[in-house]
Amino acid sequence: MKRELTFILNGEAVTTEVDPQWTLLYLLREVLELTGTKEGCGYGECGACTVIIDGQAVNSCLFPVMEVEGKRVTTIEGITSKDGSMHPLQTAFINEGAVQCGFCTPGMIMSAKALLDAKDKPTEDEIKEAIEGNLCRCTGYVKIIDAIKSAAGGR
Amino acid sequence: MNNLTIVGKKIPKRDAPLKATGSAVYIQDLKIPGMLHGKILYSKYPHARITGLDTSMAEKLPGVRAVVTASDMPANFRIGVMKDNPPLKTGKVLSIRDEIAAVAAISPEIAEEALSLIKVEYEELPGTFDPLEAMKEGAPLIHEEAKSNILKMPWKLVCGDVEAAKKESAFIVEDTFSTPWVTHCCLGTSGCVAQLDAKNNLTLYSNTQIPSLAQNDYIEALNAFGLKGKRVRIVQSVIGGAFGSKLDTYAYEYIAILLALKTRKPVKIVFSREEEFFATSPRQCTITKISHGCDKEGRLTFREMEMVLDNGAYTSWGATTPSVMMLPISSLYKVPNVKYVAKCVYTNNTYSQAMRGYGNPQATFAIESSLDQLAEKAGIDPYELRLKNANEPGEITPQRFKITSCGMKECIDEVVKRLDWKGKKGKGGNRGVGMASLIHVGGGARVYKSDGCGTIIKMDDFGKVDVFTGASDIGQGSETIIAQIVAEVLGIPIDDVNVINNDTDICPWDVGVHASRTTFVAGNAALGAAKKIKAQILEIAAKLLEEEPASLDIKNGVVFSVKNSEKTIPLGKALRKLHYTLGGNMLMAEYFYDPANENFDKEFKGNLSVSYAYGAHGVEVEVDRETGKVKILNYIAAHDVGKAINPMLLEGQIYGGGLMGLGYALGEKMIYEKGYLKNGNFLDYKMPTVKDIPPVQAVIVETDEKDGPFGAKGIGEPGLVPTAPAIANAIYDAVGVRIKDLPITPEKVLAALREKEGQTHK
Ligand code: FES
Ligand code: FES
Repeated sequence: MKRELTFILNGEAVTTEVDPQWTLLYLLREVLELTGTKEGCGYGECGACTVIIDGQAVNSCLFPVMEVEGKRVTTIEGITSKDGSMHPLQTAFINEGAVQCGFCTPGMIMSAKALLDAKDKPTEDEIKEAIEGNLCRCTGYVKIIDAIKSAAGGR
Repeated sequence: MNNLTIVGKKIPKRDAPLKATGSAVYIQDLKIPGMLHGKILYSKYPHARITGLDTSMAEKLPGVRAVVTASDMPANFRIGVMKDNPPLKTGKVLSIRDEIAAVAAISPEIAEEALSLIKVEYEELPGTFDPLEAMKEGAPLIHEEAKSNILKMPWKLVCGDVEAAKKESAFIVEDTFSTPWVTHCCLGTSGCVAQLDAKNNLTLYSNTQIPSLAQNDYIEALNAFGLKGKRVRIVQSVIGGAFGSKLDTYAYEYIAILLALKTRKPVKIVFSREEEFFATSPRQCTITKISHGCDKEGRLTFREMEMVLDNGAYTSWGATTPSVMMLPISSLYKVPNVKYVAKCVYTNNTYSQAMRGYGNPQATFAIESSLDQLAEKAGIDPYELRLKNANEPGEITPQRFKITSCGMKECIDEVVKRLDWKGKKGKGGNRGVGMASLIHVGGGARVYKSDGCGTIIKMDDFGKVDVFTGASDIGQGSETIIAQIVAEVLGIPIDDVNVINNDTDICPWDVGVHASRTTFVAGNAALGAAKKIKAQILEIAAKLLEEEPASLDIKNGVVFSVKNSEKTIPLGKALRKLHYTLGGNMLMAEYFYDPANENFDKEFKGNLSVSYAYGAHGVEVEVDRETGKVKILNYIAAHDVGKAINPMLLEGQIYGGGLMGLGYALGEKMIYEKGYLKNGNFLDYKMPTVKDIPPVQAVIVETDEKDGPFGAKGIGEPGLVPTAPAIANAIYDAVGVRIKDLPITPEKVLAALREKEGQTHK
């Protein structure tokens, strides 16, 4: 049984029919075709599916779709400006070598963004705390931390 | 080489903007009109006879378009290195990843539901799960027709006379070491989309590491299906990690092709994380007996190793990892007499594949742990023992490797200096230091008849270039390295270089991303093509500028005369003049580079690579005697890379490899119990998180390899090779217990400490 759902997605109001069984990740990737948000496990253990809901970094693979009613959801596609210029975190990930295969990257950036939105100058421990749920097999995390620090420093 | 403007610089990865904005298309993201979704039914038991199979209910489910079983596959069609693996099984299943049936449906959910409607009846058979048991007389046979569980792939290397050397050795140590099953954990799971055109030519969207070889495998498969002379095109999506996991073609790909043939629709199969854990091929577990000897001065006299590897139920490249293990066994440090024998054994476990390092981490764990034992017995500081026996340029090793550039001593020195080895070694207080070195192929490796890679370069009307390379980018950054090399040679901005690397219809042949070969081999191929096209450009410009080609050069996309700086012509203008002329021409160059390395001879000897990569890792640890927990206080990873073409990407390989090695050392293990995987998820399989990273320094040692592109050697794999033994050695220095079985868990450390205390109290 489909239900109607209204929420703010990347700054714009969206009304769509959903199956209440869906996760937010399913709606984003399969229905709205926002495939920048990745699925690395589907059960809350890798962080590849991280999006921001009302300021909080959330694993969208576990998030019941009906619960975004009326909320503000930001995905990786929503942090690039309308004119195409990238978010400082995106630039920093690129310039600091924080991207290898890139599968973890959108989720990492969203976790980092939630952190930087809440805190201007996080400590290294706070950065680690923020991305602890985001697995990366390629980079050894070192340059990801560097990138987040540099994005924070540049603001 | 001093005036390099692009090579040697920290250039951001070319594909990073796509990835950081979420616009890169991975196999998960790919949709093709009309596409169906395939799912695979796996065996419930690790060893059983299939006594009944009924797919009728599944076929009737609305939305299902095809259900296939072994009877739909050509009889006798087998895949894998030993052709021992039918993509769909009938009769007997040999492991829990055995594919029995598959479904294509209009959605993944319907396909999944259809699987649950397939009825399979089994008669369980006793299994064999331990390679040592499997070798025994009377053990249940995995492949009955093979008549033995020991693979007919005898690995044996003999150099010099180990028995004689034993008699002359002043000190000898002997011990046994073991390593577990571990898996690649690519964040992007495996998958493909198979699509056939009206004439049954196949396009496979894939994340393979071996597009050219895979093409060959699928042509064979189409032949088996009775479709002779068909074309196969491999298009790689952006690859979400590989690390060796995609060095072979797998059952799921052949199943997707079969489903596409049955349905006449594109069929996509993408693994769930659960499947990625149990149905992909991991690094095998090994049991190694090693003995090592030295003379009174600490010069190594011999090394003898005997190894048993769990091959699992079928055979992929995992079975050939002993070939690369021979590299450290024969040639890590100067050791004149060497003997190595390895057996790969069939069991009812999953089946093994190579993983970053291709066997080198397993072998180096035993060698470098044993070396510390030898140093202790001989009363020599382990660092001095290593330095005394270190490899050197110009050496020819017992396996006939010709060592060209070699920065091993420099790497060891860096470790000693940065770790404050002399200040910290043996100081007690539950703290300790340890080190281990590595050798790996650094200039490709002739594992196939060819070790080649092709490159084509063409130029457009605006002076921009397209580079078509056979070398795949699996995240490591080869696209960027190739662009840097071409831009440097041609004197153009790097943004004017476009690299195309993912389509067999347009990219030239390459043997695959393995053996840390891409920077070296594909880099040299790009270098060759760039030099060729540069010569052509200068010739054309010479005519236009009325100059000799030899007195021209290119900078920032402008050809200029070195003698007369007034005389210039932008590349684009020269190209347009070439194109828009009666009897005009175009510019294109191609180059195939195949390094002058050698296949092993029958005795497994020969110069496998044209250059060798070295490194040394050092680590300081603190061990908690109450919990057995090991804390890494400092980690130094020094690598001889020839020349850093891109120091930033290079450090990324060292950090990434290092942390993968740390996971191998301290936490990762696939727990197989009687053939069932018990921890196939990210919660229970301890892949390192950001909380696990130690303070780490990547140290780059440059030795300028004469055959390398701009002096570079490979670095893809070395980063994780010496990690585990360096940590094990440091733990021994800290608390006097040696853990010989990876991973080094707190429980093992604690048990060893208890045992040691028990002994001292007796
Ligand atoms: S996909 Fe959501 S946490 Fe892994
Ligand atoms: S870059 Fe590959 S998983 Fe993070």
